[in-house]
Amino acid sequence: MSEKNYFHPDIECADYGTMRALQDERLVWAVRHAYDNVEPYRAKCREKGVEPGDIRSVDDLHKLPFLSKDDLRDAYPYGYLALPLSECVRIQSTSGTTGKRVVAFYTQHDLDLWDECCARAIIAAGGSNEDVVHVCYGYGLFTGGPGLNGGSHMVGSLTLPMSSGNTERQIQFMTDLGSTILCCTPSYAAFLAENIHKMGVRDQIRLKAGIFGAEAWSEEMRRDIERSLGIRAYDIYGLTEISGPGVSFECEEQTGMHVNEDHFIPEIIDPDTGEVLPLGEKGELVFTCVTKQAFPLLRYRTRDICILTRDECACGRTLVKMRKPMGRSDDMLIIRGVNVFPSQIETVLLREGYPANYQIIVDRVNHTDTFEVQVEMTSEMFSDELKVVEAREDELLSALRSMLGISPKVTLRGPETIARSEGKAVRVVDKRKI
Amino acid sequence: MTIDQISVFVENEAGKLAGVTKVLADAGIDLRAMSIADTRDFGILRMIVDDTGGAIEALKAADYVTLTSKVIAAKIEDRPGGLASVLTALSEAGVSMEYLYAFVSRREGNAYVVLRVEDTEGAVSALRGKNVDLVGAEDLSAS
Repeated sequence: MSEKNYFHPDIECADYGTMRALQDERLVWAVRHAYDNVEPYRAKCREKGVEPGDIRSVDDLHKLPFLSKDDLRDAYPYGYLALPLSECVRIQSTSGTTGKRVVAFYTQHDLDLWDECCARAIIAAGGSNEDVVHVCYGYGLFTGGPGLNGGSHMVGSLTLPMSSGNTERQIQFMTDLGSTILCCTPSYAAFLAENIHKMGVRDQIRLKAGIFGAEAWSEEMRRDIERSLGIRAYDIYGLTEISGPGVSFECEEQTGMHVNEDHFIPEIIDPDTGEVLPLGEKGELVFTCVTKQAFPLLRYRTRDICILTRDECACGRTLVKMRKPMGRSDDMLIIRGVNVFPSQIETVLLREGYPANYQIIVDRVNHTDTFEVQVEMTSEMFSDELKVVEAREDELLSALRSMLGISPKVTLRGPETIARSEGKAVRVVDKRKI
Repeated sequence: MTIDQISVFVENEAGKLAGVTKVLADAGIDLRAMSIADTRDFGILRMIVDDTGGAIEALKAADYVTLTSKVIAAKIEDRPGGLASVLTALSEAGVSMEYLYAFVSRREGNAYVVLRVEDTEGAVSALRGKNVDLVGAEDLSAS
C-alpha cells in the first residue's frame, strides 16, 4: 500500500493507543468548550449532575447527556452556537422536511477540518490531483456539494461544481472534460447511468469511481451502478449537525465506512435505554465532535441504526468502521423481508416533485405483504392528458423501486385527502396481523 | 378560435365525481361539455363551462387540482363522415391529436367535437382552410 492512498496516514493508520490519546485530549477540550459557551448544553449537564472536570478520557464519555435533533430545534437558531457570530464564516442547514430545520455554524477552522474529512474520502476512492471530480450534489444549504467541493480542492483535483439537475448538461461536461470521479446521491448516479446509455455515450465516459451518499442504498444498487458505469462505487456518510459528508467514508475494501474518529467519536447505544453497547452490536449511532469550534455537539443521537467494528482492514486504515446504516431507530418497516423507511419514500417524493405528504399502507393478503404508497396530486404534476400523468406515476414508481429495492403500488390521491390526526400526518398504516 | 377547458383530478372512488359536480352546482356554474378519462385509480375530468374563472375559483377553494388548457370546438353536420372531414383536415396539416370528445345537439341537428391538439394554432388554421365551422364556448350547449 503506497502512501498516496491516504490523505493523512499518521491519523488514518494510527495505532489504537495513539488515537485514544488524541481523542482523550480533544474530548476534554470539547467538553469544557461546550459547557462554558453553550448555555442549553450547560443546563443539560447540570441536570445530569456532570461537570467538565468529570470527563478525563473517552472512558468517561458515557457520563455526558445525549443531544437530539429536538434539542437543536428547541434552541433554533443560535442556542447551540458556541462562538460569537463574528467568528463564524458559514451556515449550512438540514432540509427541514420533517419539521423545523436545523442550522449549523462553521468557523474557517471547522470548514478546513470538514474539507479534510472529505479529502480523505476522495483519496480513499482512488482520487489524486490528476483527477477531475464531478460534484453533482446540490450546492447551497445542503452540505453535499460544499463538502465534496472543499475536499476535492484540498486533494488538488480539478473540481467541477456542477450542482444537481440538468442531466444532459451533466453528461455533456462529463464527456467533454473527462470527469473521473462522480460525487452525487446513489439514485442520481443510477439515473445518470441510465441516461448515459440512452444517449449512447458510454464509451466517451472516463469515470473510474463514484462517491455516493446522502441517502440509503442497497448493495444491489451499488453493483448495478458499478456495472453500468464501469466504476467502483464508494459510500460516504455524514450529517449536517456533525459537519456534513465525510463523517465516515469507504475505502477500496467496500466493507463499511471508516469513521474520522480523530474528529468524531462514535458510540453505539441501545435506543431505548441509552446504554452503551459493545463493538459489533447493533444500536443507535451517536457522535461526539471533539474538534469543532462553532457548533460542538457532544453525544448527538443520529437515530441511525448501525454497527461499529474494529476488525483489521486490508486498506491499512485503523479508523473504526461503521456499517451502512440499517435504518432509523424510530420508524423502520419490514415489508416482504425488506427494510423500508418512510424517510426514504419522502426523499424520493420530494425529488420527484411531489409534496412530502404521503401515506404508506401495509397489509398482508394470502401470506404476502402488500405495500401501497399514497401520494397527493399537485397542480405541478397534473396534466389534462392521461398519458402524461401516467408517465409521471411510472417515473415515481421506478424511483421508489430503485430506492427501496421493493415495488410499491402507487396511488395518486386528491390534495388534502390523506388522513391527518391532530394536525400531524399519519405516515404509516400497518394493517398486518402477524 | 379557442376555448378554455378545465381539467380536474378525480380519485376513482364512489362519490368523487359527484363531489366535483356539486361544487360547480353550488357555484352556479353551467356545464357545456364534458368527458372523463380514467385509469383504475384516478380519472381526469375535462369540461367546458360557462364561467371558467368562477369554476376554477370554486374548485380550488374545495381543494381540487385543476388545470386550464386551450381546446378547439368544431361544429360538424350530424351525418356519416362529418367527423372524418375534420380529422382528415388535421392529419393532412400534420397536426397530431391528444384526445377529443363529441356530442350532438338534438335541437340543431348538429354535432360538436372538442379537440385537444398539440399545435392549436396550426389546427385552427388548417380547419379554417377547410371551412370547418369553429365555435366559441357560448355556442356550445349539450342540450
